[in-house]
Amino acid sequence: MLDNTATSSTNPKMSARDVKVFYGDKQAIKGVSIDIDMDNVVAFIGPSGCGKSTFLRTLNRMNDTIPIARVEGDITLDGENIYSSKMDVVQLRARVGMVFQKPNPFPKSIYDNVAYGARIHGLAPNKAELDQIVENSLVRAGLWNEVKDRLSDSGTALSGGQQQRLCIARAIAVDPEVILMDEPCSALDPIATAKIEELIHELRGRYAIVIVTHNMQQAARVSQKTAFFHLGTMVEYGDTSDIFTNPREERTRDYITGRYG
Amino acid sequence: MNHSQNEHTLKAFDGDLATLRGLIAEIGGRAEKAVEGAMTALTNHDLDLARQVVEGDKRIDALEEQIDRMVIQTIALRAPMADDLRELVAALKISGVVERIGDYAKNIAKRVALIDPAQHIDAARLLPAMADATRQLVDDAFTAFARRDADLAVAVCAQDKTVDDFYNSIFRALIAHMISNPEHVGAGTHLLFIAKNLERIGDHATNVSEMVYFAVTGQSMNERERGDDALAPGAD
Ligand SMILES: Nc1ncnc2c1ncn2[C@@H]1O[C@H](COP(=O)(O)OP(=O)(O)O)[C@@H](O)[C@H]1O
Ligand SMILES: [Mg+2]
Repeated sequence: MLDNTATSSTNPKMSARDVKVFYGDKQAIKGVSIDIDMDNVVAFIGPSGCGKSTFLRTLNRMNDTIPIARVEGDITLDGENIYSSKMDVVQLRARVGMVFQKPNPFPKSIYDNVAYGARIHGLAPNKAELDQIVENSLVRAGLWNEVKDRLSDSGTALSGGQQQRLCIARAIAVDPEVILMDEPCSALDPIATAKIEELIHELRGRYAIVIVTHNMQQAARVSQKTAFFHLGTMVEYGDTSDIFTNPREERTRDYITGRYG
Repeated sequence: MNHSQNEHTLKAFDGDLATLRGLIAEIGGRAEKAVEGAMTALTNHDLDLARQVVEGDKRIDALEEQIDRMVIQTIALRAPMADDLRELVAALKISGVVERIGDYAKNIAKRVALIDPAQHIDAARLLPAMADATRQLVDDAFTAFARRDADLAVAVCAQDKTVDDFYNSIFRALIAHMISNPEHVGAGTHLLFIAKNLERIGDHATNVSEMVYFAVTGQSMNERERGDDALAPGAD
């Protein structure tokens, strides 16, 4: 019996142990343990409200920004407790970047959107190096060819799919180790979605990637590991191919086959 | 079975699956009837019945096509997962296998007119019993599908040995008979092929059962569960 744990990796990038999250009196996450390694894209699936976003946000302490949220349990990045008082949260969020559901570029130029984080973190001592970071990030995000001639245009003038890739470029620019994506394609059309999915394939291995998606086909397409969440617990975690062809748990099966009440 | 059969949130999907199960039951039933009809036609030298079996095979072919189309459509439109997906893949494979069973039955029926009823060949007396055992295998395989019964599927595979044993003894008896009665070689060869066809039908019933087992459990049936596969003479 697996119950709420999925902790088999030998050398995980991130580890969560018995993580609980409360919003005031209400418990949203009820003891989740999981290992996330560099080699696999991990998808979180589950019905809306089951706690996917809440749990994802514990991985880079985004819940700190929600006053009533309280997190218990241990989460480590390369073995280091990210909730320790010694942890620099700004630094943590550069190492564990996040891409949100709705593309949220700053109302600034394409260039500045990508350069922003690198400047803050002092990653580029001069203009030439900053240019290089911007270009590399846009190339990796698959956006360079589409924007290289208009880097000074506003980021908000791009199409939705381009904006989302810009946000991914922005996350990449600060040289993260982990990228968290919360339903990154839910506001995009199928072509823009396919581009993001292709991008996720290309980024795999370079970064540990966790993606929350309500689209099971997407989870099946982009991830190698899938975790099914239900009512604040992680019901099942395993190889994506197994989860979608032969899930062990009845609740997983009911959800992925569309029998969920 | 080993899990609940709750309805899908999307009711039309349940409708598709129900239709598909109905089609599988129909094609399986027709294949079984074809085997039975072909053998009755042989026993009674009933050329009319033999012709009906040959004609009826067209309906089996049409059903196979209908099932294939429906499976492909359902996969494309409903994006099935887990046991739903496995059932659809199984249905697709089963329809192909049943079509082959129909072909073997048709082949038996076609031989009826070629065998002189005046030539009594006692060496083939086990053939009706073999046909019964084979027909039962087909029946059980489709019952296993309809009931999602993995245990019955395993039983079918184990029972296939009976059909193989029948084939072995009929094969030996017919060869011995033809050696000492060269004038019976024509009819004897037809009977030999008929026995072979029945043996192949038994194999296909086990193929159906293996697909049922996979659809229900998500595992492939292992050698131990299905029992040893005895090599029949002339088996390919
Ligand atoms: N900022 C918040 N304040 C209070 N409750 C919240 C907050 N965010 C989420 N919740 C609650 O926590 C539970 C999990 O929500 P969430 O993590 O957003 O689920 P999911 O991402 O799976 O849809 C829900 O019951 C939700 O109402
Ligand atoms: Mg969410």
